[in-house]
Amino acid sequence: MTALPLLEVRDLTVEFATRRGTVQAVRRVDVAVARGETVGIVGESGSGKSVTSYAVMRILDRAGRIAGGSVTFSGVDLRAAGERQMRDLRGREVSMIFQNPRSALNPIRKVGHQIEDVLRRHAQAGSGDARARAVAALEQVRIARAAERYHAYPFALSGGMCQRVVIALALACRPQLLIADEPTTGLDVTTQKAIMDLVAELTRARGMATILITHDLGLAAAYCDRVVVMEQGRVVEAAAAETLFRAPAHAYTRRLVRATPRPGIGLRDLLPEPAPEAAPLPAGAGVVPGEPLLTVTGLAKDYAGGGTAPLLRRLLGRGRAGAAPAPVRAVDGISFAVRRGESVGLVGESGCGKSTTSTMVMRLLDPSAGSIVFRGEDIGAVPAARFARHPLRPRIQMVFQDPTDALNPRWTAARAIADPLLRFGTTRAVRPRCEELARRVGLPAALLDRFPHQLSGGQKARVGIARAIATNPDLLILDEPTAALDVSVQAVVLNLLADLKRDLGMSYLFVSHDLHVVRLLCDRVIVMRAGAIVEEGSAAEVLERPKAAYTRELIAAIPHPPAASPSPA
Amino acid sequence: MSAGPLLDPAPGPRPQSGLGATLAHARYVVSGNPVTALAFGLLLLLVLCAVLGPALAPYDPLASDTAAALNPPSLAHPFGTDQLGRDILSRVVAAARLDLAIAVFSVALVFAVGGLAGLAAGYFGGWTDRVVGRIADTIMAFPLFVLAMGIVAALGNTVTNIVLATAIINVPLYARLARAEAAVRRNAGFVLAARLTGNSEIRILLTGILPNILPLMMVQMSLTMGYAILNAAGLSFIGLGVRPPTPEWGIMVAEGAGFIVSGEWWIALFPGLALMIAVFCFNLIGDGLRDIVDPQRRT
Amino acid sequence: MLRLVADRLITTVPALVGVIVVCFLLTRVLPGDTAAYFAGPTATPQAIEQIRRELGLDRPLPEQFARYVADLARGDLGQSLTTGQPVAADLRARLPASAELTLFGLVLSLIVAIPLGITAAVRQGSMVDHACRIVATTGVSLPVFFTGLLLVTVFYFLLGWAPAPLGRLDTFASPPPELTGFYLVDSLAAGDLETFRAALAQIALPGITLAIFALAPIARITRAAMLAVLASDFIRTARAAGLSGRTVVITYAFRNAMLPVVTTLGMVFSFLLGANVLVEKVFAWPGVGSYAVEALIASDFAPVQGFVLAMAILYIALNLLIDLTYGVIDPRTASAA
Repeated sequence: MTALPLLEVRDLTVEFATRRGTVQAVRRVDVAVARGETVGIVGESGSGKSVTSYAVMRILDRAGRIAGGSVTFSGVDLRAAGERQMRDLRGREVSMIFQNPRSALNPIRKVGHQIEDVLRRHAQAGSGDARARAVAALEQVRIARAAERYHAYPFALSGGMCQRVVIALALACRPQLLIADEPTTGLDVTTQKAIMDLVAELTRARGMATILITHDLGLAAAYCDRVVVMEQGRVVEAAAAETLFRAPAHAYTRRLVRATPRPGIGLRDLLPEPAPEAAPLPAGAGVVPGEPLLTVTGLAKDYAGGGTAPLLRRLLGRGRAGAAPAPVRAVDGISFAVRRGESVGLVGESGCGKSTTSTMVMRLLDPSAGSIVFRGEDIGAVPAARFARHPLRPRIQMVFQDPTDALNPRWTAARAIADPLLRFGTTRAVRPRCEELARRVGLPAALLDRFPHQLSGGQKARVGIARAIATNPDLLILDEPTAALDVSVQAVVLNLLADLKRDLGMSYLFVSHDLHVVRLLCDRVIVMRAGAIVEEGSAAEVLERPKAAYTRELIAAIPHPPAASPSPA
Repeated sequence: MSAGPLLDPAPGPRPQSGLGATLAHARYVVSGNPVTALAFGLLLLLVLCAVLGPALAPYDPLASDTAAALNPPSLAHPFGTDQLGRDILSRVVAAARLDLAIAVFSVALVFAVGGLAGLAAGYFGGWTDRVVGRIADTIMAFPLFVLAMGIVAALGNTVTNIVLATAIINVPLYARLARAEAAVRRNAGFVLAARLTGNSEIRILLTGILPNILPLMMVQMSLTMGYAILNAAGLSFIGLGVRPPTPEWGIMVAEGAGFIVSGEWWIALFPGLALMIAVFCFNLIGDGLRDIVDPQRRT
Repeated sequence: MLRLVADRLITTVPALVGVIVVCFLLTRVLPGDTAAYFAGPTATPQAIEQIRRELGLDRPLPEQFARYVADLARGDLGQSLTTGQPVAADLRARLPASAELTLFGLVLSLIVAIPLGITAAVRQGSMVDHACRIVATTGVSLPVFFTGLLLVTVFYFLLGWAPAPLGRLDTFASPPPELTGFYLVDSLAAGDLETFRAALAQIALPGITLAIFALAPIARITRAAMLAVLASDFIRTARAAGLSGRTVVITYAFRNAMLPVVTTLGMVFSFLLGANVLVEKVFAWPGVGSYAVEALIASDFAPVQGFVLAMAILYIALNLLIDLTYGVIDPRTASAA
């Protein structure tokens, strides 16, 4: 750390006025950033990490206010600065980039003009050279054909491309500090790597300081010099990245570091040190394969040409003018099998066809071609609309991605879990069975009468799992079941899934974008890209000796904290 | 706000039944918004007038008394009398029943027809959606009040046809609202889950989708009540539907309109005010309900 | 752009067909004897029979429909019994009066409502915001004919500021030479300030009545749209880049908020065209609305049906215009077409 920090936050407290009174979202937080340094602020949802950065920029929304402490940037007291002075500083001295790059740009203004607005605002360009400067800014973030993209609207660009534009906009005036608030959340892992490498390179070249706000310890480990860990509005630990991951001092940091998936560990390693009495799991690859349960052959799905329908069909007819575009092939004749007791991971980036595949296997979507043989019967031939009444329906169940979305807001947990029992004919002893299922998934029976909005994310996930296993299915399809959860909750849910599989002898088809998570739970991995399978093999083999170039790229792009064994202090 | 996530404790509100929570929330909204409380008070008054009607009125709303014609407001006739000497207060009170009845029946009808059609259109998509959408589009292609005029003119000048016309012109609104809400939930996780557990489509629609849309529909129904009253009064004002001497606010304003130029303002004013207050009341309740149902979408 | 116009034109076809079918049905569902209705209350049985044959009511429905469409194509909407003129000619003569009044009211309400809605959203919780909420709720609760009568009572009867609510010009003034049919425009074009002032005095109260009616939905949607846009991610980006308050509010927020406002204008037009009928009756405005009302009272149905059809076609045209405006503002629709 240099003697004089560029940004110094001391004792910062931020309050929000809510219905239940004043809530302190950030409590007495200290953060210092030196010139040229990259500092990570890491925490789970609700830790106050984003609010801290909004307070620094003084762009808190109406309900929020800085209640105490000081923010000093380059000797200027930002808490006392006038709004006009803040406006001069924002964008010129301190810039910020955000999550959801697509919505971070004005949808009806050309991206070039948006960059020009910033350049002109800070008198970095006049009417004569504004366009040239804006194009140059686009070129700096490696946007090909920048002069052409200058005229593009955000909707015409990909998510990664939009984030590049946001970065160009933020860095156009050469600020001294860049605050990146979850800049790659929601982007594919290879795009994430490209964006983060770009940010690191640009800030290094310009000698800028960076604050990286993220929930992903791996990302922080890969790109930050120092890391500040926040929990419930407080800083619990701040240390050099290296030290923090090798020897986390605070108990919360230790839990967080342990819960983050990384190479060379097992599922149980994710849990906190005094591990709850958990039976050892059979080693992933060592499962004795049973007979085939599910055999998918030549499965394909075509979608009629997309194309956006006119937005204003609301009033005047809904006929679509123009010729229909060519059909899109989402899944291109893939074949694979899942054996009894086996757990297979289906991995790929967004748009690779993995979700379409699982939805077809789930029999919620009819395939265009191919067969889905389950327990010896080609269920692919049964139309999805009629499969609800099929005797094999209870044998395939699913755990959904978003635990909130997966529960009817008007049903209690017990009612949700009971639904499959009632539908499939059991009307006797429903409540005891619900309680038994709740016990199995670790949901306290007292919570059974709560509505979803009264449950935490992890609890909702448990309800969803209990419902899925209520019919004793043979095959459980897990659709990114932990993607919406905090990493520590993810650790618990993954272990729960592993226990259930061992106890109930189910097979899993685990759909995910995260190879590390898949490796922890799966025996075999299938890597998909553009509707086709690029690689298939045992989990250990695919991750350690990937054959396809794409798999190698995918693995290389995943950031992870150093594979250390955090020892109890 | 996850607290000590590993331990996975039970955060958030105390376990409370859905109804209890809603009531608590309603209390909170009403206490913070006296205007909504006032609106509920007014509604009670209106309903009282509608139910008790003639019993509350000091005079027979139809009895004319030429000796007391065109009297300005006085103690005997707080709202004055009209050209036939009828007591305007009694007529205003008596009219509440008819105006509210028109509103209630047309809203019930439009909810049953438009709401359910929209629900089906949004959930099933495909040809159901196309048919419902085409019908809604055709109705929407008319200026709505003008269409109501045309319908009543064609079907005949009766109260039933006013109810029918009011319901028809509101069908697109309900169909669209229900359709949009059903369409966003069509592929929600809980709907897919219900399908996986062997629920029939109709069952999913009625247990999964409808209850979740109902609160929003309630808001819309309150707002439509006001609009229906306005619409019926407007039709009566131009001579469609209710006929004299039946007491109805719109027709009373129409009857009084001619007397304004000569200075007898009370004949039109009081029924007009009653009309306004009734509509105002339903709009306030609609806004209040919206705050209860959907605090994010306050406008 | 031409593509866009052509595409939008095509999308109006189903609506147009729907409107014509509905109007045809409305002419056929008259309870009792349709011919008797068309003949009027005083017609003899022979006259009714003749009308039945003239209208082709003795033919099968598809044939009647074909004839109805053919008549429409020739611009034949039937004869008015009250005026003795073809309905189409009557409507054409009276349309400018209605159009002038509607547009006057709309422009007036836009001038007030949009700044009000923007200010209310930018200063959320301020006095302006409360005023906006009150205006929005009161405006939709006011029966438009009642507002008109109140204004007449106050400004004509009590204060004597406004002229008698009897038409577009008082009986002694002569209308300006016809150019557009809009008295305000024509009198200015002729340099006749006297007539302009007289016409303005006459249109003021009905115009304000309509404006009060249209104020509420426009102010409400402007405020809501501005609030939604101001809370969006790209406004946060703009603020974090230090853009000035004016740039953020006008260039970034307002232009985006215009999209829902423009969409709402369709609904506002629907309200206005209906409210017009009531306002014209209150102010004895010689437009198409009062024409229809007079015909209704005389049980003269051809003008009413002609009026409904004409308003529907006008409304479809207005919506086409709105769609095209939307396309100009929003680049996404332009490329999707």
